Amino acid sequence: MSAASALSKSASKTVPAPSTPAAESVLPAGQHGIKEHSDGRFGYVPVQTRSDRFKSVNVADFEAVTGREAVWKHSPVAKFTDLTAGGLDGSRYPVESTPSADISVAWVPRTDARIGTAGLPEERAAANAWSVFDDALAITVSGEEAKEITVTRSALGINARGAHTIIEAKPFSQATIILQNTGEARLSENIEIILGESANLTVVSLQEWDDSAVHLANHFASVGRDARLKHVVVSLGGSIVRVNPSVRLAGPGSDTLLLGLYFADAGQHLEQQVYVFHDAPKSRSRVNYKGALQGQDARTVWIGDVLIGNKAAGTDSYEQNRNLVLTEGTRADSIPNLEIETGDIVGAGHASATGRFDDEQLFYLQARGITEEEARRLVVRGFLTEVVQQIGSPELEARLQLAIEAELIGTDDK
Amino acid sequence: MSVLEIKDLHVSVETDQGTKQILRGVDLTINEGEIHAIMGPNGSGKSTLAYTIAGHPKYHVESGSILLDGAEVLKMTVDARARAGLFLAMQYPVEIPGVTVTNFLRTAKTAIEGEAPPIRTWIKDVRQAMTDLRMDKAFAERNVNEGFSGGEKKRNEILQLELLKPKFAVLDETDSGLDVDALKIVSEGVNRAKTNTGLGLLLITHYTRILRYIHPDFVHVFVNGRIAEQGGPELADRLEDEGYDRFLVPSNVG
Repeated sequence: MSAASALSKSASKTVPAPSTPAAESVLPAGQHGIKEHSDGRFGYVPVQTRSDRFKSVNVADFEAVTGREAVWKHSPVAKFTDLTAGGLDGSRYPVESTPSADISVAWVPRTDARIGTAGLPEERAAANAWSVFDDALAITVSGEEAKEITVTRSALGINARGAHTIIEAKPFSQATIILQNTGEARLSENIEIILGESANLTVVSLQEWDDSAVHLANHFASVGRDARLKHVVVSLGGSIVRVNPSVRLAGPGSDTLLLGLYFADAGQHLEQQVYVFHDAPKSRSRVNYKGALQGQDARTVWIGDVLIGNKAAGTDSYEQNRNLVLTEGTRADSIPNLEIETGDIVGAGHASATGRFDDEQLFYLQARGITEEEARRLVVRGFLTEVVQQIGSPELEARLQLAIEAELIGTDDK
Repeated sequence: MSVLEIKDLHVSVETDQGTKQILRGVDLTINEGEIHAIMGPNGSGKSTLAYTIAGHPKYHVESGSILLDGAEVLKMTVDARARAGLFLAMQYPVEIPGVTVTNFLRTAKTAIEGEAPPIRTWIKDVRQAMTDLRMDKAFAERNVNEGFSGGEKKRNEILQLELLKPKFAVLDETDSGLDVDALKIVSEGVNRAKTNTGLGLLLITHYTRILRYIHPDFVHVFVNGRIAEQGGPELADRLEDEGYDRFLVPSNVG
């Protein structure tokens, strides 16, 4: 996979094209070979840097979604025009949460000072949701002791909704927040995650929707000085699930681990566009997304952008995506992009691999008496377990192992 | 008493240059409790013999047979061979990410015995075997072969040999890449397995040094896909002194 150059290819304007004169002035005059391409897009210069993408909270600032935009070109946009173009229900919805001291869960008005501080929409569905929500759900963490809370949404219904959530971890606080999503949904939402200085927060977004659900989510995180964010996306259920986390490592010494686990069955579309912006020195990031695909038209998309900004000296980053293809008829897209604006870094790397079973692994297990069927299960389970093992919530890990078991049993039925 | 018989075995592999004949008529009989060393230069087909016995799909048996107590092994799947009592300690064991040694061992033992081993004695057995092989307890919770050093991988193979208790084991270059301390530990493990279960062993090696610790009853010299010479342990000593030069003819090169 290519490095910085790939980004410019994969990124393109989602906004009305800039005026032609401005664009033309970018081209150095007289240099050999510099002339307009013959594709007819005279004067068009794609966004060069990930952080320069157009942002707006106003849906009207985005043109209608065609499916050709960089952010949408892998998604079945025709199947959720209600979320990108329609009016959304921005009212409160039923939420259940487990009791936890030092974590408050409350609805706050749009005027809450935290809103818009972690990030802003870069595409139309996100802006649409941002335009409509009445109140935001605010999960506020304080207290230095480790604690866990599960916030469940299970009754969103089939009306197209827009929602906004704020998760704030006060300085030095520590918590694991599990966002559990089940039932029916047609939802576009934005989640802002704000980590104060030295906060240690784990956010797990668990998509176990009903088969018909459509869920488009953008997570915007801002990680303060010496704070640590572990962010986990687990997508198992739903028709179309698109969870795009953007993490800005805003403070020196900030650290993030972004994990993803997805299992696409026949006809399912599971997508994640992960973006890490190193915007401070000595920041560190690790991205590891793993997926399995089985059944006709099981589809997964992973785009991983890492931008190491010019302020981010001494950073260390690595991103990887692995996909395990279990049957014919599936498609996995995996697009890592790395953009580096400073040479003074500790490390920056990326990896992507999509493959079928490793026959040597199967042989090894079979040579120990394990049947082929069970060997396959062990390999898939093992493949996905690597991510599960890193979540750090024993109860949730155990539950996810069972959920993966259930998905695997599904394999045998097909 | 169990017996493993290899009769006139011809095996080929597909390469980019077409079909390549590797084994050209191998005959070998191993009785339970015997140790056979197969020695030979690189490329003579020693590993092919090992993988063919285990059933690796890459190797095509053109003719011949492998019988375990009269039953045709070549008709069995890879896992059925293991359940019938065959074991292959691999030269390059593969990593199985996300599968812990504990889980793997229990799954394999259950598959081979047909039922889960009684938990208490099983845990005790595993601990004992690991202690014997000087394996740290933490090993049990690591993923199979993931991040293991060369010596750790080989010890992990012998750990399985001791716990799965096969009738016949093929050790494919188990000595390669081991320093002398690790070689001793691994050899002790093999000798212990033999004392405990009386299994038959087929020891495949390029060098004679493992034979200082595991004493073969028979030595077979493998050249160009067949056994060129066989004898007792004294043959190994002669190879130690002379090397394989006298067996090599120009056609073997490559």
